[in-house]
Amino acid sequence: MKLLKLVPDHTNLDFMRWRNLALALSLIATIVSLAFTAYRGLNLGVDFVGGQLVRVTFAQPIDVDKLRGQVLGLQLGEASIQEFGGPKTYQIRLPKPEGGDAAANVAATRVKQLIASDYPGARVDSVDTVSGKVSEELAGDSAKAIVFAMLGIAIYIWWRFEWQFGVGALLTLAHDIAMTLGFFAFTRLQVDLNVVAAFLTIVGYSLNDTVVIYDRIRENLRKYRKMAILPLLNLSLNETLARTVVTSLTVLIALGVLMLIGPEVIFGLAIAIFLGVVIGTYSSIYISAPVLVWLGVQPDSFLRSDDEKDQAEAQPA
Amino acid sequence: MLEFPRWKVWLVSLVVAFGVLLSIPSLLAGTPYASAWPKWLPQYRISLGLDLAGGSHLLLEADQGDALKQRLQAKEDEVATELRRNPGIDIGDISTAGGRLSFMVRNPTQVDAAVDRMRNLTKPLALTGNRDWDVSVIDSTRVVLTPTQSGTTQALKDAMGVARDVVRRRIDPGGTKEITVITEGSNRILVQVPGVEDPEALKKLIGQTARLEFKLVDMSADPREVQQGRAPPGSQVLPMADGSTAIAVKRRVMVSGDQLTEATQGFDQDNRPDINIRFNTAGARRFARATQENVGKPFAIILDDKVLSAPNINEPILGGNAQITGSFTVQSAHDLAVSLASGKLPVKLNVIEERTVGPDLGKDSIHKGVIASLVGTLGVVIFMLVTYGRFGVYANIALVVNAFLILGIMAMFNATLTLPGIAGFILTIGAAVDANVLINERIREEIRRGRRLIDAVETGYHEAFRAIFDANVTHVISAGIMAYFGSGPVRGFAVVLLIGVVTSVFTAVYFTRMLVALWIRRTRPRELHI
Repeated sequence: MKLLKLVPDHTNLDFMRWRNLALALSLIATIVSLAFTAYRGLNLGVDFVGGQLVRVTFAQPIDVDKLRGQVLGLQLGEASIQEFGGPKTYQIRLPKPEGGDAAANVAATRVKQLIASDYPGARVDSVDTVSGKVSEELAGDSAKAIVFAMLGIAIYIWWRFEWQFGVGALLTLAHDIAMTLGFFAFTRLQVDLNVVAAFLTIVGYSLNDTVVIYDRIRENLRKYRKMAILPLLNLSLNETLARTVVTSLTVLIALGVLMLIGPEVIFGLAIAIFLGVVIGTYSSIYISAPVLVWLGVQPDSFLRSDDEKDQAEAQPA
Repeated sequence: MLEFPRWKVWLVSLVVAFGVLLSIPSLLAGTPYASAWPKWLPQYRISLGLDLAGGSHLLLEADQGDALKQRLQAKEDEVATELRRNPGIDIGDISTAGGRLSFMVRNPTQVDAAVDRMRNLTKPLALTGNRDWDVSVIDSTRVVLTPTQSGTTQALKDAMGVARDVVRRRIDPGGTKEITVITEGSNRILVQVPGVEDPEALKKLIGQTARLEFKLVDMSADPREVQQGRAPPGSQVLPMADGSTAIAVKRRVMVSGDQLTEATQGFDQDNRPDINIRFNTAGARRFARATQENVGKPFAIILDDKVLSAPNINEPILGGNAQITGSFTVQSAHDLAVSLASGKLPVKLNVIEERTVGPDLGKDSIHKGVIASLVGTLGVVIFMLVTYGRFGVYANIALVVNAFLILGIMAMFNATLTLPGIAGFILTIGAAVDANVLINERIREEIRRGRRLIDAVETGYHEAFRAIFDANVTHVISAGIMAYFGSGPVRGFAVVLLIGVVTSVFTAVYFTRMLVALWIRRTRPRELHI
């Protein structure tokens, strides 16, 4: 059987030739992405700003403007209605009521009554009510979790490799998260708890490629002690290129299927991880590796510690 | 490479067989074949999260202001009872203003005695060395009891424990439903009830403190003063439950709902819904004495500081049975009876988060999730097959085994599968083959470098393992942090990722290594298509 080889056997692409350009572009993209997120803001779901979310599937396609008028007629504040998934499923979002928890209960109940009386056959799929206090905690915990995950992984890489690799991992992660944030700010996709889970997953998976490439760079640093750093990085990237492409594709196949035919409720999660994997593949080549040059890693930088490690590894074997 | 001892083959096969066996009951659940699974085989099942099974999730938080108020009221009763005991100390102007309890001692010579007896009422707290109340004297005749910080903390902790049990009894009086009621942090209770479509009824049951008290109506109060909220000393003004008017009642509690043994919904002689209650022996005695001493006077039935009704005591009630009348519907009388029978909540609980998912949406999500998992797996399997041939087949077998192992381990720990958990499952499928990709690419490389087949395979597995290990540790870090910070569904996602990381290293590295070793040993191939 003829096997599929997406990447030819002996590639010799000069990745590092474009490293300054790529680094500059990535830096600009990161800044633009963050600035855009700060300027336009994220479309935060009720999980993070409080309020209520009612998801309804109607029996027939409905006139959204009429429904919007009816919900606004209930005087529950600035309600928004969006299509969700199919043409008959909508989410009605109500702001946090002024009157505290009792008022929140009344609001959802009145929407449900309205739907039951005016739209026979409609089905209320879910109701989420989140108070201001809980939403603040969820937002705080989410931000903390992402920061801790990034730092934790960077420290692990530092411990397993060298400090330059730890810094490289951290910058790579910061870039990936910033770009994904920018994507959510740009598309106005709703950011809920699931999306935060996706961000944490990106932190883990985008570093997958980086770890593999770093492992190969370390190996080659030991093997070719006379080679200059740029050719060595190029060699390492070319050697791992086939693996990078194949693994990214398997993950993207699985996530693409989830995005296209999976449950609507986790579309945000699926698309965020999908995007994160694409960005992570790019950044493992054009951020993780060039950062090492920038931080002054030389072929002889780790000679001493490598010898020690060789000895340490030789003993248990 | 060829050294794969027989016992290792058995061990790996056993783990795989065990995982598959454990996962089957969960896969059969809900299908007509579920009953065909033999009873003597493991019956562990994965439980479905509320977002898949449908149901309500409520997060309740203690109203700390109310907790303090209730604590002060209980202390007031305790103090009044203590000082009435022989030798009695005459006190007046009891106040609970400012979050502390204070009273005047009418006879200045008894102030020291009063302080001593108050000190005896306070309790030491374990570990801290503090007492639960500070006792002091101001203006030489006013004794002040201030709750200490550690006393308040301990009281809240005790109250939350009681509240959790009360909530459970109210939602599930029969104790038969699969509900979750647990305390979270210092002042919260998490309630999860599967399959509830209308959380309103649930919230009504939990929303009521259900503190029942019987107090005498203060007939001496001037009605005009009462309407303006002023009551004579020793009395207080309470609103009627229907909001019509206000009424003055004596502060002293005749009998309280703590002494109930039974509460059921019934009907009065005019066929209006009411609640029949029965007191325990001590409560019955107190009730009998109070009604004997006050025949002809009205007494107020008070629920959560609102007067339900204030009937006249026509004759002493001696048997310990009584009826609570008021303007009830059958439903509200029934709910109140359940609440009374389950005991009062020691603290008012507010709903601060509520999530309800209808059962249809859950079914829909499972359906779509299962299809996406199957299609996604198929896509990855085909891709691996055309890329790596025989070694792709091994990776694919490992992938399928991995899927069973994840489900089996989840079932064994009775883990909860949530909707994001399904996403985690699919993601793990896509990512688990990474280890095999790393290994296979390395083998290709080593063959290109001219190594002999067995040597290349050996080096491939050995050299790839470092990167596989490090990459998986990064997943463990991010998933671990997610499991720690995340709530409900997100934690379900993290749990699947964590289990998937461990099982995928096992299947992708050890299991495929075994398959490859067995193949090489059997056929002694001279060349390798990879």
